[in-house]
Amino acid sequence: MIIGLDVGGTHTDVVLLDKQGLIRGIKVHTDASDLFSTVLLGLEKITQNVDPDLIKRVVLSTTLTTNSIVQGKTPEVGMIVSSGPGIDPDLYKTNPHYFTVSGSIDHQGRTIEPIDHNEIREIGKQLKADGIKLAGVVGKFSARNPSHEMEINQILADDLDHIFLGHRVSGNLNFPRRIATTFLNASVYPTHKNFFQAVKQSLDKKGLKVPIHILKADGGTMSFASSIDFPGQTILSGPAASVMGAIAFAPPDEDVIVMDIGGTTTDIAVLINQAPLLDPLGIELGGYKTLIRSLKTRSIAIGGDSRVQTSNGDLKIGPERLDFAMAYGGKSPTPTDALVVIENIQNCDMNRARAGIESIAMETGTSIEETALNIFDQTCQNILSEARNMITEVNSKPVYTVHELQEGYRVNPKKILVLGGPAPYFARYLEKISEFDVRAIPGWKVANAIGAALARTTCEVTLFADTSRGILMAPEEKFEESITKEFLREDAVNKAYDLLKQKAIEKGASTEDLEMELLEDLQFNMVRGFSTIGKNIRIKAQVKPGLIHRYESVAQNMSPHSSGSDEG
Amino acid sequence: MLQAKNKTGLVFFPAFDWAIDPTHPEREERLLYTQDQVFEEGILDIDGIKEFKPDLVTMNDVNRVHFCIPDGWKVMTESHFISAGGAKTIGMAVLEKEIERGFALVRPPGHHANRVVHGARGFCNVNIEAIMIEFLRVAYGVARVAIVDTDCHHGDGTQDIYWHDPDTLFISIHQDGRTLYPGSGFTKELGGPNAAGTTLNIPLPPNTSEEGFLYAIKNIVLPVLEDFKPDLIVNSAGQDNHYSDPITNMNFSAKGYADLTTLLKADIAVLEGGYSIEGALPYVNAGIILAMAGLDYSKIREPDYDPDRIRQSSQVTAQIEDTGAEVLAYWKNRDEIKAKMQQYGEFNERTRRIFYDTDGISEIQKERIRVCRDCGGALRIDTSADTGFHVLAVHVPIKACKKCRETGYQWYDEASPDSFQRVYLQDRPDDNYLEKDFK
Ligand SMILES: [Zn+2]
Ligand SMILES: [Zn+2]
Repeated sequence: MIIGLDVGGTHTDVVLLDKQGLIRGIKVHTDASDLFSTVLLGLEKITQNVDPDLIKRVVLSTTLTTNSIVQGKTPEVGMIVSSGPGIDPDLYKTNPHYFTVSGSIDHQGRTIEPIDHNEIREIGKQLKADGIKLAGVVGKFSARNPSHEMEINQILADDLDHIFLGHRVSGNLNFPRRIATTFLNASVYPTHKNFFQAVKQSLDKKGLKVPIHILKADGGTMSFASSIDFPGQTILSGPAASVMGAIAFAPPDEDVIVMDIGGTTTDIAVLINQAPLLDPLGIELGGYKTLIRSLKTRSIAIGGDSRVQTSNGDLKIGPERLDFAMAYGGKSPTPTDALVVIENIQNCDMNRARAGIESIAMETGTSIEETALNIFDQTCQNILSEARNMITEVNSKPVYTVHELQEGYRVNPKKILVLGGPAPYFARYLEKISEFDVRAIPGWKVANAIGAALARTTCEVTLFADTSRGILMAPEEKFEESITKEFLREDAVNKAYDLLKQKAIEKGASTEDLEMELLEDLQFNMVRGFSTIGKNIRIKAQVKPGLIHRYESVAQNMSPHSSGSDEG
Repeated sequence: MLQAKNKTGLVFFPAFDWAIDPTHPEREERLLYTQDQVFEEGILDIDGIKEFKPDLVTMNDVNRVHFCIPDGWKVMTESHFISAGGAKTIGMAVLEKEIERGFALVRPPGHHANRVVHGARGFCNVNIEAIMIEFLRVAYGVARVAIVDTDCHHGDGTQDIYWHDPDTLFISIHQDGRTLYPGSGFTKELGGPNAAGTTLNIPLPPNTSEEGFLYAIKNIVLPVLEDFKPDLIVNSAGQDNHYSDPITNMNFSAKGYADLTTLLKADIAVLEGGYSIEGALPYVNAGIILAMAGLDYSKIREPDYDPDRIRQSSQVTAQIEDTGAEVLAYWKNRDEIKAKMQQYGEFNERTRRIFYDTDGISEIQKERIRVCRDCGGALRIDTSADTGFHVLAVHVPIKACKKCRETGYQWYDEASPDSFQRVYLQDRPDDNYLEKDFK
């Protein structure tokens, strides 16, 4: 059996699954001030009357690190940044203890200027004096040559508890993002580590000794243990949980739009042949652009609880949300109130819903029913138009080869899967007003937790070779080897796959879920003075995000087949 | 966070799978390290800098500018449709006011491609700036355009295309033609009888450094632009003036290129040459993009940059000052020069030999222009090449007067199968491109 847990803004969803399908799903209230208790309560409730030995896997998707960043509740860390020529690195200052130091490496990974050891030692002293325990060290082009970061690490090791190195966060080239990502890793480390230890202790006490996995923003998981050094990877996994939940219901060989309609926002994502589309660089959070792999999602500030207003007789939906729909005790009319009126939904305060819509109807000069329809229509139209914009944007992503420009894949979805919601009502109406085939995901109320439960481990490896200098490197993986002039692209691809396999297993993957693919596969003749001196080879490989094997039938069996469920 | 002062667009198309041949300077690897630098600097993340995917140009876009012999499909490769398309994409974004300025960082280049194209010259098949400009004229009604070519080689192809166009100011700054391919671009090359003065050449001596280039921009180019009042300024932004370029002899730098970009304030820059792919291009391009966006580039420099080592001699300075005075005098007297050139009857002729170094083709052109005070003049080009083609190409300019239009059509209609294998007509007023195949 597998447990999936997804912490949301208002409640936390937890599911228990086995190979036959959903056993049960529950919701617990999210206590934003004590997420740890929320997670434990969820695990407590879902495991009631379950033999701990039957549980094989637990996957958590939490907002813990996200919240600590957004709320600024992180300790001060030290940032040591070595740039050399280029855009002024002080422009990327993340925090007060941010030091730009000497040292420079060029685009080929060649040292241009060494590190000044005395300068670093002085910074070490200062950090120690200021009581700072954690630091990030980032060099420009460290993804091509990590030696300066490692040198600085060595000098500072005695002054600090833990140092995060920029070249370990990603093989991608982007210095400002490397700075931000390393900073976030260092900043959320204590929060994440405390959480990790607390969860582990409490599960140990229960006799649950299973591997715990954490959901990442790219829709993949990593083992709890391996997340300790990369806690930033756990941020913003919420949208990923929902999208992964949708995958079980997406047809193969088709492009599909996934819409997660929440209270405040609607998140839109794209699936291609049951794999989510990823953002090419990384997630953006709290003003930081990062190198943290993530799904490509587009968020629009329209949801079921968006505030509906009028301006000059026109409807305005969102972007702000006051509280809940009036039908559920809120203060102002919302799209949900419109739905309550249109569909005559029971178990809520119909009179208040009607009163809310009526206040809008008076401004627009239409009947209550008509107004409700207009509000719901505009809500759906706005969401649809954002989805179409996203598809256009995906298809206009720049490419760098003639081949890709001519033969590149164009996303052309014909189907939309909806969750959140109430999904069935949205699905029906979206289908009516668009060219898409729209369906609500079965079990849409807990699909996010199912997505977390079934997500496989993902990771990425970036490898480059320069045969003229005889180097083969993947600094992110601490890998470096000498090669001869005869080294081939095929050798590089094989090496990249080896490294990827090894990394995925270290991060908690099972060998049957290693669906690997190349993201980049380039080879250049290096010519100097009209003669070829070698080859420059660049390979990037990933384990594709997707669902773990042997749980495919979950999709076919979404009605809980065991007692104890309070959700359908 | 960084915020661009000028909203700047970028088409980056390094064509990682296209080369003239594997060891040619114009090869797959050319923009590889530039991409590394631009990505690592995080330039594409800067607020106000937007990357566009290039559109493809159409064959009509090509035929508007070129007579491709025997046809466009024989002359264009996929990569040319994309690199010209990249320039067009930037041009459209500027004219649509989606961006204030833009840079088409594309390859292959185009400024050695003439109006008539039998093959590739100086690594160029078609003129990507001209294809963009003439598209913008048709689509957006842009009238007066200035092209400032800062590639190290004379922009002879662009000069050829605009030789008779009084509405296009072409200024080329380059290494003296006596010391470098293509061997042209002397100060006395001023344009044809209907457009004398709207072609200006500023040849610079070898070893010209930052000081000399910036002197030429400040003291020659900017005052002329001020007078000409273009609606659009295009920079053919070749980067082979760099001190580390392997095929030229100049001493320009990344900082110098960025300063030049700041001074010139071009609406659109299009990459031309530049073959120091590791030591120059990554830094020059980063500098140009930041300068276009109005951002600080003072810390962008090459790892081996040493201003003292590349400083120009006083002889070089003096020579540039002399050239500048000469060019400005031509510009000041352009009306008289034009009047003088127009006094020799209704038609003006010239015969030229053109060599296509990249493809090894020799061409002979007999060119006849109708001298006209009302438009750019009907143009007739009788061209034969050692590929065996002998064709007639007729150009009727975009704002052609009635008489020039009639003349153009008359040439086209009268062309005899006995003399030519094919006849082509560019009817710019109707945006219509005709050809007759006599074989
Ligand atoms: Zn050149
Ligand atoms: Zn005329």
